[in-house]
Amino acid sequence: MSHISPVLWQFLVKWMTTFAIFPPEASKIAPQMDALLFFMVLVSLIGLTIVILLVTSFCILYSKKRHPVAVQVEGSTLLEATWTIIPLGLFLLMFVWGALIYFRVYTPPANSMNIYVVGKQWMWKAEHPGGQHEINSLHIPTGRAIQLTLISQDVFHSFSIPAFRVKREAIPGRYTTVWFEATTPGTYHLFCTQYCGTNHSQMIGDIVVLTPEGYKKWLDQSTSGMSLAQNGERLFASLSCAACHNARPDARGPSLANVYGARLALSSGGTVTADDAYLRESILNPSQHVTQGYAPIMPTYQGQVSEEGVIALVEYIKNLNSDYRIQQTLNTTDLAPGSEGAPAAAGQKSAPKGMVKQ
Amino acid sequence: MSDTIVSLPDQSTARIPRVNYLTKENGILSWLLTGDHKRIAILYLISLSFFFFIGGALAGLIRLELLTPQTDLMATDTYNKVFTMHGVIMIFFFLVPSVPATLGNFLIPLMIGAKDLALPKINLLSWYLYVAGGILAIYTMAAGGVDTGWTFTTPLSTHYVNTNVLTTGLAAFIAGFSSIFTGLNFIVTIHKMRAPGMTWFRLPLFVWAHYAASILMVLATPVVAIAIVLIALERTIGIGVFDPTKGGDPLLFQHLFWFYSHPAVYIMILPGMGVISETISTFSRKRVFGYTAVAFSSVAIAIFGFFVWAHHMFIMGISNYAVLVFSLLTMLVAVPSAIKIFNWTFTLYKGSITFETPMLYTFGFMGLFTIGGLTGVFLGASGTDIHLTETYFIVAHFHFVMVGGMLMAFLAGIHFWWPKMTGRMYPEKISQLAAVVTFIGFNFTFFPQFILGMLGMPRRYASYPPEFQVLNVFSTAGATILGVGYLLPVLYLTWSLKYGETAGNNPWQATGLEWQTQSPPLTENFPVTPIMDHEAYDYEWLENQTRERQQEKEVASAG
Repeated sequence: MSHISPVLWQFLVKWMTTFAIFPPEASKIAPQMDALLFFMVLVSLIGLTIVILLVTSFCILYSKKRHPVAVQVEGSTLLEATWTIIPLGLFLLMFVWGALIYFRVYTPPANSMNIYVVGKQWMWKAEHPGGQHEINSLHIPTGRAIQLTLISQDVFHSFSIPAFRVKREAIPGRYTTVWFEATTPGTYHLFCTQYCGTNHSQMIGDIVVLTPEGYKKWLDQSTSGMSLAQNGERLFASLSCAACHNARPDARGPSLANVYGARLALSSGGTVTADDAYLRESILNPSQHVTQGYAPIMPTYQGQVSEEGVIALVEYIKNLNSDYRIQQTLNTTDLAPGSEGAPAAAGQKSAPKGMVKQ
Repeated sequence: MSDTIVSLPDQSTARIPRVNYLTKENGILSWLLTGDHKRIAILYLISLSFFFFIGGALAGLIRLELLTPQTDLMATDTYNKVFTMHGVIMIFFFLVPSVPATLGNFLIPLMIGAKDLALPKINLLSWYLYVAGGILAIYTMAAGGVDTGWTFTTPLSTHYVNTNVLTTGLAAFIAGFSSIFTGLNFIVTIHKMRAPGMTWFRLPLFVWAHYAASILMVLATPVVAIAIVLIALERTIGIGVFDPTKGGDPLLFQHLFWFYSHPAVYIMILPGMGVISETISTFSRKRVFGYTAVAFSSVAIAIFGFFVWAHHMFIMGISNYAVLVFSLLTMLVAVPSAIKIFNWTFTLYKGSITFETPMLYTFGFMGLFTIGGLTGVFLGASGTDIHLTETYFIVAHFHFVMVGGMLMAFLAGIHFWWPKMTGRMYPEKISQLAAVVTFIGFNFTFFPQFILGMLGMPRRYASYPPEFQVLNVFSTAGATILGVGYLLPVLYLTWSLKYGETAGNNPWQATGLEWQTQSPPLTENFPVTPIMDHEAYDYEWLENQTRERQQEKEVASAG
């Protein structure tokens, strides 16, 4: 083989070792998506072959040499109906099949584990419920439904995991969700696929799929000692949210216990479900939707709380199932108003008998 | 019906008529102030080719950078500017005006038997607007470029880049008006200026396709103009239409943008389909199979084309039920394209087929457009779109449609009507070679990108993981071949202006009215207003005409 030039040889070696034509299937949805993809490839190949065969054989049969005089044919309703109805039927089949997969990818099961992901120029930050942070990587266990709640802090980004066949846009000012269940441990590509400026092509990372035991080990190693909800609680205290949201009879703001998922009556007359998006909106743009019976006096926290901060607050509110914790934060902020140390102390105290789930 | 074969007319005795639209007046001013649709078409052809090669050179830079996984040829910022300018120039300054502004401008009056377009001054104005927009785009490049991608996605374009968004937007805005004027002109002309006997169902399908595209130009382009103005307002005085921190909606921009830019895809492809209907009929000597179906499929594409824009946003968190509706409509818009492909195929049936260059480009179009169309279905089905969107699969798909389809059709048309435009034939052998080289180069360039997309390689990446390199090397190698395929026509077509054989009135023995007048035509197109007394693509009528003319000649010479 020495007569092959070294450059060409290197190229061939590279081809043999790293050439791929199909990505790994590492999630539960991947084989389902691929089944439809293969079906489409098959239909396309058949369609293309029919066109090529027809064109080629007509070109041979009716070339000027063989067929000097054209015979005028006006058209044929039957033939034209055939090639209208058959493609239409196939396209409709693909539409239904595709829609089934689409709804599956974007409808998370109720028991899924939620991980928050914030995209910003040019990195991905993941926030695990246990308080573990990651940048440009995401550790997840196999065999468990994982829901990602995505948001962008600046421009549009898109969270894409080709090996899982899932992708979701991270949008500024709006939560989006996607879910998946990983099946095969390994490290897979994470790409930002929505063009987002200078270092778009460096906004990449690793999806590390671990066995459940491996994941538990990783969680223990990476913990900062505080869960995401506890971080939120700290922030809740330091922003003095409990000054109003304290469930006292004369409170200026509504109680936040059990608010998550509830139907709320608004002063404007409508009702709204208090989901992640609503809670976020109420922190950043509070005058937009005021709960019935309360004055629109809450200031906006736009610019004061980062998207990660909002996520922590939302996670905290999600996990509030009594007013006890709010009272706690209120007590600590009341005891030492404006003190830097107090909120932190409140957070740490919470561990033994907190109402926070995590 | 007789069995006589109408042979190609003897070209050795043909002379280029001394009086024609090219020789009528001389001097640069006679061109720059002309109202003649044919001269304006030539002006467009020259300026379009210029922009095509600038856009092509940028594409060359992209392919060179992607030869290796690292960013080595240029900085990521430069790369981002290069692909943005490639998109802006190719779409706004080549693909959208390509066939309509050159061939459409030249041929629509000739085909319907009119002296000119209805609004000749507006036609000239639209060329000036196009050039003004083009100069602004070139200025933008010289002044440092722009790196938003041709889609100008907010809030990136409004708050996060410091490059020349405003001048690029203005360039597209101005070029948009050029396109609106052209569309308006075509609509008025086709409605009001058809020759006696030229009923709607005697129109060549080329005219039908342009009519459908014109409706899109007139109705869709204003929306992108509005979107650009809103971007400018948000960038300059901070009006929060799209900015979420001011209560704006960043997705609104994408709705507005794609409300134009999806129909724009049909503005680009429909005129190309018109060209294919003409060439395939002429070179198989047969009336287009199912004329009415092909005509109405153009209109159906134009109508459905307005209601599919959100299929660009399936993964953006729009309502799942909206996704259902837009996915369904997308499937429906695919059907008329399938109808056209099969109708063209069956036009060949029992024809008498020859394989001149325009026909080779036509076959290229049919193959590549079929692949482009079918892969569009992969993206229209909402489920598979999740995996494939924003990857190289998209890039490959729209290049198959736009470059494989539209550019092939453009080249087919340029070769087909070159004799009419210039009075001279192009050299056949070398142009057949160029058609084959283009086809091979195209497939080498863009087919590997389908596989890259399946693997998940994102578009607009200056660097990429090393396992994608082999396919990228293929793609870059193919682009080199493709470049040769595009350069060849420039050389031999220019050569043929002086040395090409004289064409005569109707070198292809085609039936359209444009072929029944001299080549190059008079400024007024026809010596007397023609009367359309036969259906479109009536080759028996043409045979009878030729036979009568021969008999007249014999009688004359005998007398």
